[in-house]
Formats: sequence, structure tokens, C-alpha cells
Amino acid sequence: MKENRWRLPLRFGVLGYLALLVVLPVGTVFYRAFQHGLGAAWHAFTAPDALHALWLTLLVAAIAVPLNTVFGVGVSIILARHRFPGAWLLDAFVDIPLALSPVVIGLALILVYGHTGWLGNWLAARGITVIFSVPGIVMASAAVSLPYVVREVLPVLQEIGTEQEQAARTLGARPFTVFRRITLPNIRRGLAYGVTLTTARVLGEFGAVAIVSGAIAGKTQTLTLFISNSIDNLDPQSAYVGAVALCLSALIVLLFLTMTDRNREAWHGKAAA
Amino acid sequence: MTNLDATVADLGLGPPSRDPAPAERGPGRGRSRRYSLVAPSSALAHAGVFGKKAAGPALAVTYLSLLVLLPVAALITNAFSGGWHTFWAAVTQPEAVAALELTLIAALIVAIINSIAGLAIAFVLVRDDFKGKSVVSALIDLPFALPTIVAGLTLLALYGANSPFHLDLAGTRLGIGAALLFVTLPFCVRSVQPVLAELDAEIEDAASSLGATRRQVLRRILLPSVLPAVLAGAGLAFARAVGEFGSVVLISGNIPFKTEVASSWIFSLSQSDALPAASAVSIVLVLISLLVLLGIGWARRRFDVPDTV
Repeated sequence: MKENRWRLPLRFGVLGYLALLVVLPVGTVFYRAFQHGLGAAWHAFTAPDALHALWLTLLVAAIAVPLNTVFGVGVSIILARHRFPGAWLLDAFVDIPLALSPVVIGLALILVYGHTGWLGNWLAARGITVIFSVPGIVMASAAVSLPYVVREVLPVLQEIGTEQEQAARTLGARPFTVFRRITLPNIRRGLAYGVTLTTARVLGEFGAVAIVSGAIAGKTQTLTLFISNSIDNLDPQSAYVGAVALCLSALIVLLFLTMTDRNREAWHGKAAA
Repeated sequence: MTNLDATVADLGLGPPSRDPAPAERGPGRGRSRRYSLVAPSSALAHAGVFGKKAAGPALAVTYLSLLVLLPVAALITNAFSGGWHTFWAAVTQPEAVAALELTLIAALIVAIINSIAGLAIAFVLVRDDFKGKSVVSALIDLPFALPTIVAGLTLLALYGANSPFHLDLAGTRLGIGAALLFVTLPFCVRSVQPVLAELDAEIEDAASSLGATRRQVLRRILLPSVLPAVLAGAGLAFARAVGEFGSVVLISGNIPFKTEVASSWIFSLSQSDALPAASAVSIVLVLISLLVLLGIGWARRRFDVPDTV
């Protein structure tokens, strides 16, 4: 396109919009976290409630992400390799969490697992508490991040087809060997992408977790809840430090996704050639 | 994180048209090939990784049921547990109406603003060239990666009570708008960008060499080609904004009848154990986003908009 007089104003208009909406706010959080010095930030970060929130967040991710990974790969294989009536229904149901507000997902979980919920009596009789407790947080986190692995892995499985797997079968490989030696290497980039998205979502989930957890400091408070509670308790220093921790994890996720995406495009380019 | 767009965009596509982002799969690897690949797999299927035929599917369906299907069924049942009248009363209660109205209007305005901004940003990313463009491009995805509560806090830090700009948006509807603009930005950029990139600049050059003014080129050539993609992005942004909670809750202050959005209202209802009312408002919210997402899916098929890459 020819050089025109709108190019520069448009460029700077766009950069200005992004600066006001994204860069400056995120920068301000970093500034606020450290404005009273590194010592104050460290003090807030190592407070028992903050450390517990960090630990709980990592624990929830350590449970929910592997569960969703296994589920995601399993469902992708079922949908891509098996033909059965109702397959499209399973496919559609996996996407439900994407269409629901996180608050609604949390509410729906309470209606099943809360003390007045469908399974409330059954769980109470067995001494299991789900809502206002760690299992509820894990379930809420797993529910909101459910679709990501399937949505990344399923297209890859459909794309690569079954020739290699069938060849391996014919040569006498057992099903698990086929999966480990053929399927897994083929889907690994899509899988890495999906797992990263899942992790990002689990680490940062707020709405669904807020509603099921009760946000009891030092007990059922994840990092995101810790941030919101610190604001409510007029302790912005703690909130900003927690936010910086999550910002850093988001930047790592972003970096990883950008890298994976580049690799994946190169890989797809090769596959298409 | 461009593929998240595809993920979300998939929502709108009904199951029969499930289409794993054709643009991403590269040219010439379209539908026919994929379906032909699925067909001969049944032999393998029965000896798949789940050694026993039904164990895998049964486990998957159980997991899905426990986390999603059962809760959604409970939500619907609960909303109508007091009959249609109770449902209607919960939905038409003044505070609920105010919250739903605010949510829908805010989502609509935000979708419109970010569609225009998203088009401009996509245009600059595709057509312009400058130092640090790749950083700007990565920046677009930051709102995706950033936890919503952190997004809310960042905006509160800059536009809240101690704003360095002396611009206190805390507890105002403008604050809600800012939060929604932040979280919906990636949808609006990423759905337009690939379409714009595919567009041949030569057609525009041809038009201008035939004497078209810039305005005519814009109106006759550029806008018609990107309009479906812009609308799809707007729809995704709208659906996201309607259910948004984390980023809004800090800056809005949840003042009833003023800055209380629907998800906040559902939250406070559930905190006060008014579960059927919370479920009823949830149902309305879900129906609205479903309608929009189905609309996008229909429009995508109708106008053959490529899935975002």
C-alpha cells in the first residue's frame, strides 16, 4: 500500500490505546508493589497467609492440571478414533464451561456438592466436605479449564490420521506402546499448548473459586482470593505483591505460548508440505 | 496465544460443522481429507489406548458429568424449583433487572468500542511495520494470560482512588467499561487480524489507481471484507463481557442499581443463600451468551468466515 498520511496517526493512536489500557495499568501494579522498597514487598510476600495462598494455588494446579490433561487426551482420542452415537454430544458438552460465567460454574457446583445440594447429604454422611474446602476449589478450577486440552489436541489427532498407529499395530505393538511411541510424539506440541492454557486458567481463576471456597484466610484462600481479600482489608501492599506474582506467571505463560505457537506453526507448515 | 481464539470461536460452531481451524492446518488440507481419515479407524478404535472397550469413555463421561453436566442440570432444576412464577419473580426483581440491564448495555458498548479499536490495532499489526511490533503483538494476548482479578487490580491501581492521573473511576460505570475493554481486547484483535492478513493489498492499490479515493477504498473494499470477522469478534467480546466477574468486581464497588453487574448480583445472592434466585438470573445470563455464540456460529457458516488462526 502506498504511503499515506493516516499511517503515523493510526500507529500512535493504537499504541496509545494499548498503553493506556494494558501497559500502564500493569506497570503501575509493579510500581505499587515495590514503592515502599524491596523489604516491604518481601515482608508482605512472606506473611503466613500469603505463603499459604501461594501454596494452595500451586497445590490446586498440581491436582487439576494433570486431571484435565488425562481427561483432555482421553476425550480427544475417543472423539478422533472412535465412532459412536452421541459423539457430537460429548464434543459439544466439553465446550460448556467456555459459555458459562465462572460465577455460574461455581454456583452450579454448590447446587450439587453444597450442604443443601443434590449430593450434600450423601457427602455429609461420609464426612466429606467439598464446598468451602480444598476439593471444591480443585473442582471449580478443573471445571473452568476443562475444554482447553481437548480443543488443542483433538484437531491435531484428526489431522494426523491413523496410518502410523495402524502400522504400529500391525507390527505387533501393544496399545500403550502405540500411544507412547506414535500418538504422544505427534500431539506433543498441541498438548503442551493446551496444558499451558489450562495451567494459566487454573492459577488465575477467581470467580468460580470465590463462590465455592468461602475464602477463609490461611485455609481456603488461593492467590487470587488473597488479592481480593487484601483489597477488602485495606492492605493494598499484600494485594500488589500477590498480583506481581501472578503477573510474572502470566508473562511466563505468554512467553511459552508465543514460543510454542511459533514451533507449532513451523511444524504444521512442514506437515502440510 | 492465538489459538485460544480458535478455541473460543469453536463454541459458535455447531458440532456437525466442527472444523479444526482450516487456515491453521494449511491450504489443501480441508474437509474431505479429514473425514476420509476418520473412517478407517474403527478397527484401531476398539484396540485403542483404553485396552478395555468401554472403560475409557465411561471414565471420561463420569468426569465430565461430575464437573459440568450434573452441576448444569442442578442449575436448571434449581432455577425452576419454585415454579415458573418464582423464576419470573427472581428475574424481574428490580435489582436483578438493573444488574442485567447494566451488564447488557455495558457489554454492547464495550463490544462496539473494541471492535473499532481492534480493527485499527489489527490493521496496524498487519499493514504497518515498526520496531518492537512483535512485542506489541504479544501484548495483545496479555489480557488472556493475566488472571482477571489481577486485571481488575491493575486498573484499580491506575484509575482508582490514588490514580496518578487523578482519574477516579472506582465505583463508576466507566470503571466497569475500562475493565471490560481490557479483558475483551484480544477477541476483537485476533478475530480480525488473520482476515486482514489474507486480504490482498493489491486490490486496494488497483482501486486507488482507478481513481478511488481513500475513503472509497475503505468503504467499498476494506470494510466489506473484514465486516463478518469484526462482527464475530464483537460477538465473542460481548459473550465474554456478559459473564465477566473478576476484573469488574474490584473497580466497580458493586453498588446496587449503579455499578452492580449481573455476575456480582449472582455472587451476592449465592452468598446470602438465595440459591434459586441466583440460578434463575444465571439461566438468563447463560441464555444470552449462548444466543450470541450460536449467532456467531451461524454467521460464520453463512458468510464463510474463516476460524481465527
